Amino acid sequence: MKSGSNLEKVLTEGHFAVTSEMGPPKGTSADFVRKTAEHLKHCCDAMNVTDNQTAIVRMSSLAACAILRQMDIDPVMQMVTRDRNRLAMQSDILGAVALGIRNLLCLTGDHQKFGNHPTAKNVHDLDSIQLEQMIKTMRDEGLFMSGDKISGDVPIFIGAAANPFADPFEFRVLRLAKKIKAGGDFIQTQAVFDIPRFTKWMEMVRDQGLHEQVYILAGLIPMKSAGMARYMKKYVAGLMIPDELVKRMAGASDAKEEGVNIACELIEQIRDIPGVRGIHIMAVAWEKIVPEIVERAQLLPRPIV
Amino acid sequence: MIVGEQKPLEEIKELVADYERILVLGCGTCVTVCFTGGEKEVGILASSLRMATKIDGQGKVFDEDTVQRQCEWEFLDAVEQEIKEHDLILSTACGIGVQAIVERFPQARVAPAINTTFLGLPEEHGLWTERCAACGECMLHQTAGVCPIARCAKSLMNGPCGGSQDGKCEIDPEVACAWQLIYDRLKAQGRLDQMLEITPARDWSTSRDGGPRRLVRQDLRID
Ligand code: SF4
Ligand code: SF4
Repeated sequence: MKSGSNLEKVLTEGHFAVTSEMGPPKGTSADFVRKTAEHLKHCCDAMNVTDNQTAIVRMSSLAACAILRQMDIDPVMQMVTRDRNRLAMQSDILGAVALGIRNLLCLTGDHQKFGNHPTAKNVHDLDSIQLEQMIKTMRDEGLFMSGDKISGDVPIFIGAAANPFADPFEFRVLRLAKKIKAGGDFIQTQAVFDIPRFTKWMEMVRDQGLHEQVYILAGLIPMKSAGMARYMKKYVAGLMIPDELVKRMAGASDAKEEGVNIACELIEQIRDIPGVRGIHIMAVAWEKIVPEIVERAQLLPRPIV
Repeated sequence: MIVGEQKPLEEIKELVADYERILVLGCGTCVTVCFTGGEKEVGILASSLRMATKIDGQGKVFDEDTVQRQCEWEFLDAVEQEIKEHDLILSTACGIGVQAIVERFPQARVAPAINTTFLGLPEEHGLWTERCAACGECMLHQTAGVCPIARCAKSLMNGPCGGSQDGKCEIDPEVACAWQLIYDRLKAQGRLDQMLEITPARDWSTSRDGGPRRLVRQDLRID
């Protein structure tokens, strides 16, 4: 075991993993974190906590993860390289380990232009791949990036993101290989709506044998309304939503119900693709729906490992 | 070249508000080539200011001159007398030119009439784009001659990020994704293997992060 996290155990024992995600509040309420987490707790193996997602300031991922630890939840702390340099990231990682956090997802982060502080300076001292490398060195060699020794262990299950829907498509699998080489233990992908493209990507992943070197969890975003589907299709860079799905959402008499139907169908199709080891459900601001989806997808109860 | 853009006239009017004898001083190098602060633009700016301040009922004098290179003291010495005779030098040179005046003539009051925007080139008529961030450790040989520091919105060393779509950067559909350009060039040249290697974390100490930089060339030092 690299970290002993629940997620790592579930995956190494060969279960089809379910992770979910919570966005911390734009405020100070620990209760908000607890309530959202309480709701999601029984239907996932680990819970991602976003790090100033879409460059909007929220309670720190580290603090929210610490609250989840008090609730005996296995958090996946997201860390973007946009807001911190190597000093700040390393010290947060030490703190995270001290607080019992065992999974870390390495991200570059959306550009600050999209958030609520567009006039901020961005950092990008490291990129996400270099962040993985840094954590791997901390964990496996007990060394800071500078080469200084760290006191104590750094048992972290290293995560990275992959986006099969961004361009250049042919490079996306090669970039995944880089992320594995840099230290990635698990991958959470961008939300999958376009099954043919994802299937093709997984084919290329298998051709390179990458599915045997890393646990791949496919991303899923439940759609709440036709408006949301249209908005994501138009404005979210690196997300592909087939017209047919947008049409189905628009034509449904109960859009939420249709959103759940689509989510369950997607899970079913994704589970049939060889090499996919789990699902990552991102229902930020619609966490309420996650238990229903997980239940209808017959992924309950979650394994006890 | 260094590319600049003139500040809005309203802002420049405020910069000159407290002064009466103003010298609009241009530069004959980069800002001339990018049509921002050469002799011609100095003329236009000075006459706009004359008109604007006249309408506002202020009796100001705007004189004009342009030196070949404002960023070198010896070129400034040629206009020493003029600089001393004015109570404000409104410089249309880049920020280096402004500072060169300040250092050469400690008594002079200087205000920038342009915003120094970036190091770049004219891509089309009327369109300039950034090319270099003066990082102090050029890596263009690794990236097929496309600079990821200046041209990737996140200065990624191992791009492209997940926001790259249809060759464009996530920040703006008008902006090319630098890493798509790198990919295309390496692929066309059969050198894609270069992109499979992980570029390790950079040493940013050669960049602005290391503090103001100096360059010493012993072979050119006189003493
Ligand atoms: S690598 Fe550095 S020196 Fe070279 S073009 Fe980019 S910013 Fe300029
Ligand atoms: S889309 Fe391309 S240029 Fe823009 S931040 Fe991502 S890698 Fe950099």
